[in-house]
Amino acid sequence: MRNMLTQSATAAQRQIGKVWQFALACCLALMLPSLAQAELTIEITGAGANRIPVAIAKFEGEDALPKNITSIIRADLERTGLFNMIDAGSRPISENASLDFGSWKSSGADAVLTGSVVPVTGGKYEARFRLYDTARRAPLGGMIFLFSASQNRATAHRIADVVYEKLMGEPGVFSTRIAYVLKTGSRYELQVADADGQNAQAALTSTEPIISPAWSPDGSRLAYVSFEKKKPVIYVHSLATSRRDIVANFKGSNSAPAWSPDGTRIAVVLTKDGSSQLYSVNADGSGVQRIASSAGIDTEPSFSPDGAFIYFTSDRGGSPQLYRIPATGGEAQRISFEGNYNVTPRPAPDGKTLAYIARSSGNFQLSVLDLGSRQTQVLTDSHKDESPSFAPNGRMILYATEMGGRGVLAAVSSDGRVKQKLFVPAGDVREPAWGPLGKH
Amino acid sequence: MKSRLALLSATALLAACSSTPPGPEQGGAPVEERSPNARDINANPPVQQVLPDRAGNPLAALKDPNSILSKRSVFFDYDSYSIKEDARGLVEAHAKFLVANPSIKMLIQGNTDERGSREYNLALGQKRSDALKKALILLGARETQIESVSLGKEKPRNEGHDESAYSENRRADMLYTGEF
Repeated sequence: MRNMLTQSATAAQRQIGKVWQFALACCLALMLPSLAQAELTIEITGAGANRIPVAIAKFEGEDALPKNITSIIRADLERTGLFNMIDAGSRPISENASLDFGSWKSSGADAVLTGSVVPVTGGKYEARFRLYDTARRAPLGGMIFLFSASQNRATAHRIADVVYEKLMGEPGVFSTRIAYVLKTGSRYELQVADADGQNAQAALTSTEPIISPAWSPDGSRLAYVSFEKKKPVIYVHSLATSRRDIVANFKGSNSAPAWSPDGTRIAVVLTKDGSSQLYSVNADGSGVQRIASSAGIDTEPSFSPDGAFIYFTSDRGGSPQLYRIPATGGEAQRISFEGNYNVTPRPAPDGKTLAYIARSSGNFQLSVLDLGSRQTQVLTDSHKDESPSFAPNGRMILYATEMGGRGVLAAVSSDGRVKQKLFVPAGDVREPAWGPLGKH
Repeated sequence: MKSRLALLSATALLAACSSTPPGPEQGGAPVEERSPNARDINANPPVQQVLPDRAGNPLAALKDPNSILSKRSVFFDYDSYSIKEDARGLVEAHAKFLVANPSIKMLIQGNTDERGSREYNLALGQKRSDALKKALILLGARETQIESVSLGKEKPRNEGHDESAYSENRRADMLYTGEF
């Protein structure tokens, strides 16, 4: 951490004074049709080994805002299990205040965040902040965000992202969104929520199942499988406009959409020529190409982050196992060898590990496979894990599981140390998909 | 003419496969002697499209609880995709119906129990619907009449979590035109 703090300090200082305006695209995408009643709440059940002690002081003037910015920043950081919150007192400390580094250091804080919220013209506000390294007695970085009251929460998440990145050396994911399916009775809702479970909104409501949501790499669209036509059909849904387009509705079943990293192609599973087989199509459904051929089942495709390979599940060897094949077709290579049921391969953003579901003694458990060493690790002690989805910084893996007979979402750090449970008051939650990093 | 021949040969195949001879109402299409060339352009569509049964409406049998055709589910063993012997009569009856009513289409929905990945189960359900489709075609139904799809584990008939629930959920359901 020390090294990283030192390196990032000068670059961050140059950013002070620069006014940032939020990307419109991100905010437009939030304007979805209906506001859902049920919101996810998150409970942490674990922590990282070496948590960074950090103090988040109350921002001067922040009480003018509907939501308390610093409470949201603290909650974001705490939820990761990677930070230890040091009490910063109740007195606001502005970014211009001179700090008594010695006393902050002795309170245990390695880093301190200070700031202020100032009303500006047009009903907008500026959030100004500086993050300090108490050992070096120097700022690590600072910024000014210009925002409107409706961007209150989003602004807090952006500041938390900056703090996280300065202290961890990797992007924060507090401004990202997650998609999942909420089943309440016979009602299915495809919901999109902020990564902290807030602002849940229904993109689609149906009386028939919805499965396999997949984010387009730019975060503007979701591909998914809907059964509204009494069979599985693949749609692409633009979140900003609610426009839905069918991308695969061939004779038989159409399922398991997976976007290529450049967003131009979607790998799909079709049964039009026999058993479940891998194809790819353009994002508008044109240009159907076969990727692989087997006598049995090929399904659950997922592109490697560089787009070169497609990981998938196949029973071509007699039991469902993980394979990969060049994205344009070619020879399939088996990846998993332990056990007789390994499904749903999902590569980490760095491409070095695969998250997948392994069955052992009748339990379906989230596992990871190191593609270099081929070592595997079971990350949970649950029984019905499904649908793993990496956070875009690779730190956490979101997945569906069952607790007390109900479908819930959970997340675990890729080293297995930090665990989170995400609850919805009523209904079954399943099929989570973590959206991409925003373009800021 | 061509379609008539196909229908006759399908009926012959069905008769050869079937353990029970086809009843007069369902088998042996009452092919008219009139040749297609001689047909009045204003005449009604060819009679062979819908064969009248006792009630005069072939679809009535599909809903009649006394008819085997009202039974629409074929059940499968765990990890199995082959049609069991005890489903033979049911499959034959539906094949006969499809042969006798070539304009009627069927959607087969394959299903699985709840264990395992949703997408992999979708593929397993497809194996069940494909197996049933294949059996119906072997018994004379036309490939173009049947679409086999899968609902995977998404639409369980029994929401329970034990083997008796699972055995109800490992099935393929047959839906006819108007039902899907």
